[in-house]
Formats: sequence, structure tokens, C-alpha cells
Amino acid sequence: MTAIIDYGVGNLFSLKSSFAAIGAETVVTSDPDTLRQAEKLVLPGVGAFGDAAALLAEKGLDKLVKEEAGRGKPLLGICLGMQLLFEYSTEYGRHQGLGLIPGGVRDIREVVPASYKVPHIGWNALKLPEEKPASPLFRYIKEGDCVYFVHSFAAMDCGADTIATAEYGADLTAAAAKGNVYGTQFHPEKSGAVGLNILRAFCEM
Amino acid sequence: MITKRIIPCLDVKNGRVVKGVNFLGLADVSSPVKLARFYSDCGADELVFYDITASAEGRALFTDILTEVASTIFIPLTVGGGINTVEDFDRVLKCGADKVSVNSGAIRDPSLIPAAAKKYGDQCVVLSVDAKRVDGQFRVFAKGGREDTGLDAIEWIRSGVANGAGEIVLNSIDTDGVKNGFDLEMLEAVCDVVDVPVIASGGAGCADHFKTLFHALPKVDAGLAASIFHFGEVSIPDLKRALAADGIIMRL
Repeated sequence: MTAIIDYGVGNLFSLKSSFAAIGAETVVTSDPDTLRQAEKLVLPGVGAFGDAAALLAEKGLDKLVKEEAGRGKPLLGICLGMQLLFEYSTEYGRHQGLGLIPGGVRDIREVVPASYKVPHIGWNALKLPEEKPASPLFRYIKEGDCVYFVHSFAAMDCGADTIATAEYGADLTAAAAKGNVYGTQFHPEKSGAVGLNILRAFCEM
Repeated sequence: MITKRIIPCLDVKNGRVVKGVNFLGLADVSSPVKLARFYSDCGADELVFYDITASAEGRALFTDILTEVASTIFIPLTVGGGINTVEDFDRVLKCGADKVSVNSGAIRDPSLIPAAAKKYGDQCVVLSVDAKRVDGQFRVFAKGGREDTGLDAIEWIRSGVANGAGEIVLNSIDTDGVKNGFDLEMLEAVCDVVDVPVIASGGAGCADHFKTLFHALPKVDAGLAASIFHFGEVSIPDLKRALAADGIIMRL
């Protein structure tokens, strides 16, 4: 059983449906016991980092997520949920993240040329780092497969933990992983068959 | 790089797709769920559903169908038609829509755009505009193109974006249905004043019209069409391959 963490941020309908489409059983919950019993955790999120981090902390779920990840439970953060895995974000002030992956989340305008539209919205191709084997999260997909992005901030300085980038006038962090903790900046639940195959790979961990 | 998008548009009335659809091998061509799946499978980058129902029963049926589509199709879904209030945004977003398109509702009440953008984010608010040349001006038409609002389309779109619209669908009434190509002149005038994605609509008759669109106006992000896809005059996989072969970035 995979638990999708419900902390009052965004609409989880598509995410739940996409797991159902690959035959994976999920529960959408904020109940600590259920989250502890789950085999895997998914941390979703849309909106602003500070609000989301506060909501997570309000329910005590920040500690729980860190503890469970520390025990080796597979954790997948999606979009803002991925950003929360990092040490900090500078969206509307400086906010602390869960610190499960080193690095911070900053405005992509820092690296994207001024002629590019921000937010970065749409289908973009994944680039997988050449120097290391593909992440288990990407076992069913390949370099160049397109996924769907909607974001203005992205993880930066995550170096060796980067498992995919997307070219948008600069190489933006598209996905990162540290041990059992994974994050995708894009929305696998909106990325067609490629996205479903990424979720499938996560479910098989 | 972000790919250019090819977007089929489905008009739904009382739970069925209207405007005529004619596919070989698709038994129930007016089922929104089956058509959505068909288009998703053949590489559509996004789907737009317009609810052209007038009745409350039809509207409830539409949201049921949207829920069913959103639970089987995992590409971005945009919903328009009958969006007059922030509650209407809420209604369709809860059913799995990713973006909501406003048109007449925003003309009646321009505060709808900033209110929805504040609540759901700019990326969620699509301003759809039906425009037509009147007295040397691009004029906004409401109620499905039947009523001249007197508004200047370029100014209306500029203010819509300033108020939080994150994307523009520009449907040229002058070229719509003529199948002689997109309205490049009108699109260029819009691209010149906004920095959000612009979706071209109205006038596509063949694959070459999309090529011309994307080459002539690099700032246009997507091409939207209905009947040429529904009637198989243009097949989406063939179109996308042809565009990619012509140097346009596509998701294949």
C-alpha cells in the first residue's frame, strides 16, 4: 500500500487515479498511523512553498516524513512535494524544507534567460546524466522522453543527487534522488504513458 | 526545450461530443471518454473540453464525464464553458481539470480572472477570446461569437494577462471554419503584447497550416483544432511527425 500524504495542499484526484491506472493500491490520508504503516509515501503539492511547509508542520507530518524516510521507506515528492525535500526555498522569503536532499530551491529566473517565459509550463524532454546508471525510478523510460512541467522555482546545487534535467535555456533539475528519497519536479500523473511508467517503477521499489 | 502542443477540442453537450465526429474503428464517436482516450493514445498533448450545455442537468452530467475522463487520461485537461464564478473553477478542478478557460464569464465580470488566479494560480486560468475584425480593429465577441462586446481584443487580452490569466486561447472568428490557415495577423498582434503562452485556434485545414503557424510565429505555443481532427482530415500522429521533421520541437 502506497500512502499519498494529504496535508491540505492541492487536488489529489489525478494522482490517485494514475496509481489506480497502473493497478497500485493507494490511500490518501493525513493519519500518522496509516502513513507509518504504508510501504511507500508520496508527498504531493502545489502552490507556495512556505504555505505548504507550514501546513505539513502544523499536522506534525514533517517529522513523520523525515522519520519514515530515515527508516528507508521509499518516498516520492512531486512538484512542490519534491521541493519540500530540499533544505530551503527562497519563494516569498526564505523557508526551511525537510532537508532530505542537499540543496535549495530557487527562482528559475536566476538561470533561465530573460527571453524565456516563466513559469516553465509544458512538455519537456528529460536528460539523464551520462556519467552514472539511470535511477531505478527511470527503469521504464529513456532519455528524451517528455514529461509535463508547471513551475517557477526549481532545486539547485543538488549536484550528484540530480537524476534528470530538462533544458530550458539552462539545465533545470527535473528529478533528484538520495537513497530511498526521490523527487520529480514534473507531474508524472500528467505525463501520459511515460509518467505512469515512472510511478510504476516507484511502486516496484 | 518546451515542445509545441497540438490540442484537440471537444464540444460537449448533454454528455455527448457534438460538432460531428467521424472516426473509422471508433464505435461510439460521441462518447467524450472514448474520444479522450483515442486522442490521448494518438499523442494529443492536451485536451480541451467545452461544456456547451445550458441546463443544470447537463452541467451535472458534464462534471460526471469530466471525472471519468480525468480518471482514465493522464495528460493536461482544460475545461471551459459556463465558467462564471470562482465556484465554477472549484467544481471542474475537483473533477480533475488542470486548467480552466474563461470567456463570456470574464467579460461579464472581469474580476473573475484575478479572483481565480489568486486562489488557484495564474497557470490555472486560461483566457479564451473569440475575436473578429470590425472597423479596422480586432473586436471581442461574446456568447460563442454572436455578440459584439465593443471591446478591443488586444487591450482585453493585455489586461487579462496583467490580472492573472496564465495562458491565452485566441480564436479568430474571421478564419474559423474556413480551413484556410490560422489568423497569423491577429495572433501576431496578441503575441506582441503578452508573455504567457498563446494557443492559436480557428482556421486549420491541413498539416501545412500548423507548420506555417509555428514557423511564422515562434511565440505561439500551441495549435488547437476540432473538426479536422474529429473527421480524420488531419491525423495527430502524422501531423506531429511532419512538424518534427520540419524542425519544430514536438513530443513524439
